[in-house]
Amino acid sequence: MHTPASSIVLVLFGSFIGSFGAVFLKLGAEHMQGSLARILNNYWLAIGIALYLLSSVFYIMGVAQGQLTVLYPMVSLGYIWAIVWARLFFKEPFTLAKVGGLLMIVFGVALINFGNA
Amino acid sequence: MTSPTALAAPVDTRAAAQRSFLLVFVCTLIGAVAQILVKEGTGHLGAGHITLGDVARHPGLFFNFCISIITNFQLFCGYLLYGVMTFLMALALKGRELSRLFPIIALTYVWVTILSVFLLGEHMNFFRSIGIVFIVGGVSVLGLKK
Repeated sequence: MHTPASSIVLVLFGSFIGSFGAVFLKLGAEHMQGSLARILNNYWLAIGIALYLLSSVFYIMGVAQGQLTVLYPMVSLGYIWAIVWARLFFKEPFTLAKVGGLLMIVFGVALINFGNA
Repeated sequence: MTSPTALAAPVDTRAAAQRSFLLVFVCTLIGAVAQILVKEGTGHLGAGHITLGDVARHPGLFFNFCISIITNFQLFCGYLLYGVMTFLMALALKGRELSRLFPIIALTYVWVTILSVFLLGEHMNFFRSIGIVFIVGGVSVLGLKK
């Protein structure tokens, strides 16, 4: 059974949106204060969760067709976006470990796509 | 004068660290089972093959798809498990550095692959296996302090 490219695109799109979810959760965490009411009022967190839900709809659309052994590993590309956003929005530097890990992930994802062909 | 909280703070940090490692490990197993449930659930959606282009052309498809997700039992269970996992993960990570636990979190890719083969009857091949090794290695390396 072959996994269609359109499913891979959907999963990648989902993980791209999800990476913005992480940015908003981080913003929300920075504004977090004690009481439950305050947490429920934290609109950064709300946006973050909404983006995660939106990303999961695309993920579900993607995994509906094709194999999980091909599609699930594609989620790992989300780390790349996360590292780029961390640099852009939170001034977290690129490190040797991040660049090395990132290259390994890209290579791994490429191998899985190659194994799907 | 020393307050009781100041005295209590450093006690048992090693045991606490081991507890978080174990809890995160359990979380990866729960997360993998959740993925299998989600994949199984999509088999009962009956929405056919929708692409990103279809959604762009007919946004109504997206809303119909959302409705079918909400009413799907396996997807509900999968995401419920995912919620439980997130809660446990937050407990385990409280006051700890997430990046140090990346090597354990990356194991999820291994469990999902194993469960897909045994429960969903999917097939692995050489390139996919090596691909997983690189992804797990890459995610583990990300958290290093250099």
